[in-house]
Formats: sequence, C-alpha cells, structure tokens
Amino acid sequence: MIFFIGVFVLVPWLIEMSGRWDYYYTLTSVALLSIASAGVWLTFYIGRINIGQGAYALAGGYLSAVLVTQYEVSFWLTIPLAGLFCAVLSMLIGLPILRLKGVYFAMITLVLTEVAKLTALALPITNGAKGIVSIPLPGELSVFGMTIIPDFSTLENVKLAFYYLAVTLMVICFAGMYRLVNSRMGHLCRSLQQNEELASSIGVNITTLRITAYAISSFLGGVGGSIFVAISQSIYPTSFQVADSINFMLNVFVGGLGYVFGPMLGTVVIYFGWDLLFQTGKFQLLIYSSILILLMLTVPNGLLSLRLFKWNKEKK
Amino acid sequence: MSSENIVMEQVLVNGLYLGMQYALIALGLTLIFALMNVLNFAHGQLYVVGGFITYIIYGKLGLPFFVAIVASGVTLGLVGAVIEKFLFRPVIRKSVREESTMLLAAAIAFFLDAIILLLFGEKQRGVPKILDGVMNLDFVVIMPYDRILIAALAGSAVVTFILFMQYSKPGRAMRALAQDRIAAQLMGVNVDRYSMIGFALGAMLAGVAGGLLVSIVGVNSGIGGPVSIKAFMMVMIGGAGVISGAIAGGFILGMLESIGLTVLVAYGDLTYLVIFVSLMIFLSIRPQGLMGKPWG
Repeated sequence: MIFFIGVFVLVPWLIEMSGRWDYYYTLTSVALLSIASAGVWLTFYIGRINIGQGAYALAGGYLSAVLVTQYEVSFWLTIPLAGLFCAVLSMLIGLPILRLKGVYFAMITLVLTEVAKLTALALPITNGAKGIVSIPLPGELSVFGMTIIPDFSTLENVKLAFYYLAVTLMVICFAGMYRLVNSRMGHLCRSLQQNEELASSIGVNITTLRITAYAISSFLGGVGGSIFVAISQSIYPTSFQVADSINFMLNVFVGGLGYVFGPMLGTVVIYFGWDLLFQTGKFQLLIYSSILILLMLTVPNGLLSLRLFKWNKEKK
Repeated sequence: MSSENIVMEQVLVNGLYLGMQYALIALGLTLIFALMNVLNFAHGQLYVVGGFITYIIYGKLGLPFFVAIVASGVTLGLVGAVIEKFLFRPVIRKSVREESTMLLAAAIAFFLDAIILLLFGEKQRGVPKILDGVMNLDFVVIMPYDRILIAALAGSAVVTFILFMQYSKPGRAMRALAQDRIAAQLMGVNVDRYSMIGFALGAMLAGVAGGLLVSIVGVNSGIGGPVSIKAFMMVMIGGAGVISGAIAGGFILGMLESIGLTVLVAYGDLTYLVIFVSLMIFLSIRPQGLMGKPWG
C-alpha cells in the first residue's frame, strides 16, 4: 500500500517540487525495463539463463509500430497484441530450444537477439536500418463512448501520462508475478529449477510448464517493447540489441534471482546508477563496470539477499 | 562478369584461412568453459587487448612481429590468471547459483571495453604488412603471403596447444579437471592451481589470436562483443567444452562465412541471418553440438 502511494502520489509530487521533469522519462524507462526484466526473471525461475529478451522486446516494438503506422490500429490494442505475438512466437521457438539447458540455452538466446536484429534489417516491412520513425502518440481509449484514457497528444504533460501508464503496468505485472510464484504453478516451476527429471518423474508436465513460463516471459518482453516504442516514437533494428539483452539479465542478477521483486530493484539500481555516472563522462563505463564487479564480489546472490539475511537473524 | 562465376577453390581456401583463426579463438573459450563451467563473455575483449598489445609493440615500437605476439600471449596469460584468482574464484565460492559467474563475466567484459576505449580510443588501428607479395596459382587461387603465414602460425599454435594438453603434466591435470572436478581433486590434482593455469591459457590463446590478426584486419575497440558472439557460435557448433569440437566449429563457421559471403551476396546482407537461423535449427536437433557430451 505504501508502495502504491509512493509511486502514484509521492514520486510525481517530488518531481513537481524539484522541477526535474526529465526524471519522469527515467522512471518510465525503469518501469518498462523492469517489466521486461520480470520476464527474464521468470525464465531464471525455471532454471534457464535467458539472454534473449531483447529479441522479444524488439519484435513487440516492431509489431506495435507497424500496426499503428501502416494499419492505423489503436495503440492500446497493440499492447496486448504485441504481447500475444511474442508469446506465440516464443512458443514456436521455445519448443525446440527449451530442451537445451544451462550455457547452451544462454548462448542460443543470445544468438536469438542477433537474429531479431538481422531480421529487422532484412525484412521490407520493418524498413531496414532506417527504422520506423514519427509514430503518432497513443490516441484515446474509450469503452461504450466513455473515455477511459484521453488522447495523449491533447495532454499538456505527456511525460506524466506515460509515467502513469508504465507504472500502472509495472504494478500489475509484479502483482501478477507475485501471485504466480506463490501459486501451484510457481511451486512447480521451482521444482523444475531444482531437478527436471525428478519433477517429470512425479508427474509434472515439464514441457508444457517450461513453454508456458517462457511464453509469459516473452509476453512481458513484447509489452515492454511496444510501450517503449510509443514513448520514443521511433524504432530501429538497434533499439534492442545484445547489450540490452545482457542488461535485462544483469537487472535480474543484481536484484537477486531468488526474489520476485529482484528485477524491479535491480533495474532501478542499474538504470539510476548508469544515469548518475553520466557526469563522469568518459569514465562512465569504467566506474559502472567496476561497481558491478565489486557488487558481484560482495553480494553474489543479489541485493535482496542482504535484506533476507538480516530478517533471518532477527527471527532467531 | 567475373563476379558471376564463383571460383569455388578460392572460396574454400578463404574458408580454411578464416577457420584457422576462428579455431584459435574458440579453443580458449572452450578450455575455460570445460575447466570452470564459466561462459567467458569477456573473451572477445581479451582478443582485442591482445591485438592492441601487438599493435603497440610491432606497429609503434617497431620490434619484431614475433616478439609482439609473444608479448601479447604472456600479458594476456597474466591478465587471465589475475581475473581467475581474484574475481572468478571468490564469486564461485560464495554464490548460491552457478549463473552468477555470467554476470561477473559480463561485468568484466564491460570493464575491459571501458579500459580499451580509454587507452586506445575509437580509431581503427592497423600495422604494416609483415610480408609482401601474393601467391597466385593460375589465377584460380590467390592468397597474399602474409595471410598464409598467419594461418600457418595460427595452425601451429593450435597444434602446440593440443600436444600440450595431450602429453604434458599440466595438460593431463586439466583434462582430468574437465572430466570430473571432484574425482580430479581426490586424485591429488591441485584444483585451484590448474583452474588458474587453464584460465590463463585460455586468455593467452585469445591474446595470440588477437595479435596475429591485427596484422591483417587491424583492431578497433568495438569488436570485442562481436568476436565473443562468433566464438560462442563456434563452441556451440562443436559442442561446449570439447577441444576437437571447438576446432571443428571454427572451421565450419569460417567455411560458412566464406561461402555465404560469396553465394548470398546477390541477396544483400543475409549471410549471418542464414548462419544464425541454421545454427538454431541444428541445435534444436542436436543440442550438444557435433562432439559435445550429451548432457543437454
């Protein structure tokens, strides 16, 4: 509850006070990236190292961009469509590759990101390296003549609107993830992470479960990608590439693999850390990577593992 | 039109030449993976560092090329040993899940990228040719002498490495380690020491490859990532952690690239898309690669 008030009331108020409007963009990005990272986290949860989220974010982004610019579909409709498209795509791709484990799966997902980029370059509909630019802002969403979300281009503060959109989705996404992890399926996923053969032998349908988890993961990637496109109003084959896929993975790692809210914390820390270091100019990457290495040396199990450790002590 | 009739011999020779270099890069990566179960994201960056060291010693200081190659190898070996001892070893010991090492490797890759960029800038660097002249077999196969020399050097490095792994004591220890870590430890192999030697050796191979190739393709600070991805692909084709697999993977990728760039050139820049997609199909049929252990 505190969290809700925090993100919906307190943060806009603080930004209003400080007059730093650019933080809206930063926080919106954090919210969207954490949605995509939550997807990556779910694949980690079933014991797979996923470095391919960039591919689905790119696919979702392109689907939304193409539908909006060429078929004049409402942007709001393209968000779930992008998610579903990625989910179906991931089922097709996942069916063979989810049989791979460990490093093999990691490497093939890395290759997948590269494939997505090259496909976007090669296909005519994605307009090659020039990308799709000047995508219109989201229009209004109305149900039975009742306006639920106003046309973004009529709003005086688009950044705030996007912020609310992204944060709302993020809250829904993490609430859903929390529910999922603590459901029957979540427990089954944990059994996959520990030992697939054993899980299979006691009657868990591991193939279905793996593919479901991977599809949900890609769904989130697609949703995140499609909204990102709406904000930047453009998409290029390089919008999401290998570095982004690796960053999604880093977000999850830094937050902690064992915790649902890990990806959110990880994204906040990494994105803000990177932004704050911007002032250091050309030493940005050097300092950033040094901090990452130090983080790994001190808390290899993620930032949230610190909190859990303390909590355990208090209980004793 | 000369571009219409493709000279297959030339394509094959180019492929062999590319494959020789690729095998050298893939060997280091697969060695590190076999010994420590670490996917070394920083492998391409180590290659770039090796390239720049050769560039400075041979290109700038004017010392003989062989001195530069040796210096690249030795420096990278030291760097590899340091990375293993002070970074990977503590993290492997402390972390709950194995995957943590991947984050560490990615962070090291970023770190090396940053250092390379700060020290050497963004410019493409090249060195003077080590040999002039071109070998010409009836205008069917044309190959510059320096490329032949580099391919021969790369080949002899690969052979030396295999002999070392096969017949020397550290080589045997490392092979034992790759087969079964615990069993090797029980047999009295100093696991920590040989992990470090193995990592150093893997880094050294990357450095030598970088040093050799700087004389032909030059080097710039941005190629670390793409080299890593190529190395991953070769290792996947052959099977992770298997030395013969890495060599086979290197040659196959070199051949595919050479053929692809000739045959598919009419359809635009499709070579890599085709290679990637066929790799994905190949791996879904044979997940362990050509020669890998069938662990999935």
